[in-house]
Amino acid sequence: MLRATGFFYRRRRAVDLIAKTLGVAATGFGLFWLAWILVVTLSNGVHAISPAIFTQNTPPPGGEGGLANALFGSLMMSLLGVAIGAPLGIAAGTYLAEFAERHHTWRESVRFVNDILLSAPSIVLGLFVYTLAVRPVGHFSGWAGGIALALIVLPVVVRTTDETLRLVPNVMREAALSLGIPRWKVTMQVLYRAAAPGILTGVLLGLARISGETAPLLFTSLNNQFWAGSLNQPNSSVPVVVFQFAMSPYESWHALAWAGAFIVTVFVLVLSVATRAYLLRNRVEAAA
Amino acid sequence: MNPPYTPGEAAGALPASGAALSALSVDDERIKARAAAETRQDAVFHWSLFAAAGLVLLVLGAAAASMLWGGREAFATFGWHFIVSDEWDAVGHRFGAFVPIYGTLVSSAIAMIIAIPVSFGIALFLTEIAPTWLRGPIGSAIELLAGIPSIIYGMWGLFSFVPFMAANVLPWVDRNLGAIPWVGPLFRGPPLGIGMLTAGIVLGIMVIPFISSVMRDVFQTVPAALKESAYALGSTTWEVVWKVVLPYTRSAVVGGIFLGLGRALGETMAVTFVLGNAHQLSASLLMPGNSIAATIANEFTEADSDIYLSSLIALGFLLFIVTFVVLTIARLMLYNLARKEGR
Amino acid sequence: MQSPAISRLQRLGAALTLAACAVIGQPALATDVTGAGSSFVYPLLSQWSSDYASATGTRINYTSIGSGAGIAQIKAATIDFGASDKPMPSDELAQFGLAQFPIIIGGVVPVVNIEGVGPGQLHLDGETLARIYLGTITHWNDPAIAALNPGLKLGADAISVVHRSDGSGTTFNFVNYLSKVSAEWRSRVGEGTYVQWPVGVGGKGNEGVAAYVKQIKNSIGYVELEYALKTNMSFTALKNHAGKFVEPGLESFGAAAASANWGQAKDFNLVITDAPGAEAWPISASVFVIVYRQPKDPARSKAALEFFRWALEKGQTRAKELNYVALPQPLVQSIEKYWASEIK
Repeated sequence: MLRATGFFYRRRRAVDLIAKTLGVAATGFGLFWLAWILVVTLSNGVHAISPAIFTQNTPPPGGEGGLANALFGSLMMSLLGVAIGAPLGIAAGTYLAEFAERHHTWRESVRFVNDILLSAPSIVLGLFVYTLAVRPVGHFSGWAGGIALALIVLPVVVRTTDETLRLVPNVMREAALSLGIPRWKVTMQVLYRAAAPGILTGVLLGLARISGETAPLLFTSLNNQFWAGSLNQPNSSVPVVVFQFAMSPYESWHALAWAGAFIVTVFVLVLSVATRAYLLRNRVEAAA
Repeated sequence: MNPPYTPGEAAGALPASGAALSALSVDDERIKARAAAETRQDAVFHWSLFAAAGLVLLVLGAAAASMLWGGREAFATFGWHFIVSDEWDAVGHRFGAFVPIYGTLVSSAIAMIIAIPVSFGIALFLTEIAPTWLRGPIGSAIELLAGIPSIIYGMWGLFSFVPFMAANVLPWVDRNLGAIPWVGPLFRGPPLGIGMLTAGIVLGIMVIPFISSVMRDVFQTVPAALKESAYALGSTTWEVVWKVVLPYTRSAVVGGIFLGLGRALGETMAVTFVLGNAHQLSASLLMPGNSIAATIANEFTEADSDIYLSSLIALGFLLFIVTFVVLTIARLMLYNLARKEGR
Repeated sequence: MQSPAISRLQRLGAALTLAACAVIGQPALATDVTGAGSSFVYPLLSQWSSDYASATGTRINYTSIGSGAGIAQIKAATIDFGASDKPMPSDELAQFGLAQFPIIIGGVVPVVNIEGVGPGQLHLDGETLARIYLGTITHWNDPAIAALNPGLKLGADAISVVHRSDGSGTTFNFVNYLSKVSAEWRSRVGEGTYVQWPVGVGGKGNEGVAAYVKQIKNSIGYVELEYALKTNMSFTALKNHAGKFVEPGLESFGAAAASANWGQAKDFNLVITDAPGAEAWPISASVFVIVYRQPKDPARSKAALEFFRWALEKGQTRAKELNYVALPQPLVQSIEKYWASEIK
């Protein structure tokens, strides 16, 4: 039979090989930076990592302590941010992808506006929530912090939900609708299941982003060196504590700052892997 | 006569016996009642989603309005001059936004130039090249980059990356790239370490996981039939990706790029540490500059006069405008591309 | 039968509501006092607050968000007290119904990285320092520097100037001093928390400046005392108003505070740079606390004042441990008199 020796065929194979090599190189590039940052973070913070980090509150300079209040505050406010931002984002994204077929201008405007919101610096959103939720009430609070984080999660989730739903093949919609299922069931029980990986990625990206945000929290939830216990008062959070400790001259505070950053990163990773494993456990990956 | 309607019945439960069969009479009233109920449910669903979309519009409108209101003193005092002036004198109360706007655009451009090809390469690796057992761990590792707090990017940048750049990379850039005729001035400068190039690189790294995660997810939604038909015709893997997968997912890929661009334009903490916060305009990428988010972050908390605060908030509003312009240009380009393809 | 997905959702919703109740349920503790402002005083207030909470149970929660932000927040009444490195003028205080008083003394220290020069060996004066930061003195072997350092051999290297890239109360005190001692600085640059530096590279925070000075040879920068001491940097000695060369430290900062003219300053509106004392450090700084004269929540404001009374009377050893300087006794007494008369 014909052997694959022609010039064009060889060239195509070469291009394919180069592309694959570049793909591997790109991944190596990304992993290189990750490794460097993690090594620096870990080496700077390792001597502060101990069970005390989870049980003791932030200490004064030179004192022994941990990050319990900061971890709790971060957890509460991030969950609040996702709890507010993700459902709203999924709802808005669904609207844009499914229910606005006949309103082209309205749909494109909302998409456009969402993209602008996506690019808003977190400090600007923090100042906005300060005007809304701190000044009128007269004090800083964990609620304001959660709302600020929700505003950061919202556009990310809207974008990814919108895009992912648009990629679900029309066959599925048509098949479900032809069975007489109401549209809301089609969306919730068929389309969401098909788009679950993408929507989940959006929510997890939003969560990853807000876990590391300092500036919006500084103007909404301030900080608290004690255990706050409720969201009605200023709450501590890991990024704010990292910011304050890292910029100080004390070694013990530096170590805690790096350790805190490491814990947040690992937490986001674990959450991401766990949620994917649980929610997508029954999926079968399409053959490449 | 008819037993009470339960969803289970109509949802396809098979009748167990002839007696039950007669109880399943599907008469007009029941159909109408059910259709009415479902129409109501659909209407409620539709309007809740509409409200959510409207909320997005409202939030942005309110945020932009509040920034505009806060910046009114600056706009009233400086007028249009504010946008083109490169002065920034906190003592003499003369402010101009040109340097921060320029820095935002340049650092984001560098970030996207780095991040887009790298993210595409990573998505390619994760969907086509890597063995199945490797995809999960590597994918999670890349997403780990997204989970690193932005302040750690800043601190790592300042304490590890900047000295490295200053000692090893920038002198090389200055000597070799600085000598190239046309683009030379971009790369000439003292090896301070901090500067636009360093900030652009750090931003690019921050943005990679956003773009690559979205790309990877959408690459995996391409129907196997499309790819298989391409393979059946003898395409190489690269040709399948470039000519089948990418065009199919183009809109979502662009969406992912916008996600990354948004992050790059608005990133505050990482940039404040490595950009240098210098209100000087310089052609060189090796010199410190400023970005809108970094200026606000560096100076807002210590601003000691009303016009100063107002100028900073006005900068925040201008970022909305800059984003608006950048996105409009991008969308026009995409629209032209789609028109050429007959969509 | 309802689909499993919906009932799972319901269970999740119930769990979340329960968790939410647990978190919302507790009201803010009545004795929680919130303050914010200067980052310079943050380590000390954090230590004092921890000690005070063990001693009395009242929790004083202080966050460092910057002096300017501290003033903005107290004006907006979102916190119970603000702390600032820069005093507010009396008319502004009166306009908002605020009172202010100093609580601690610190100082700004020039540091250098010159081979062979150890801590305290380099002598500078205000005029020379200003000219270095203006860029008119460009090399270490400049005659002006040599005149102040007869015994020191300095090379012909160019001076690398390091300043702050962010707004800061530390910068404010530094340039306030330069404005007092150099007419050229006053007219060309002026004073503020953020200025148009004629020359040099900016580092973020005291950490950033310290990192740069350590990294760049033949550089000069300015940091707070604690940073200079903790990292073993070579600080300079400065010629003070009285003509004597003094080294930075608790004694010279204290001398500056004691010799400053507090009596004449209404609402303690006084910046103690270039203090007249014989042993005074020229770039000393005070941190001011700002509270409402007639607070909306008198209980919390009173709790805050009780804390500051405790700090001024009993917190001095702690302050010394952290290299801050306590206020001189006469000043403490006039502050307590001020409280009695001005604050309800």
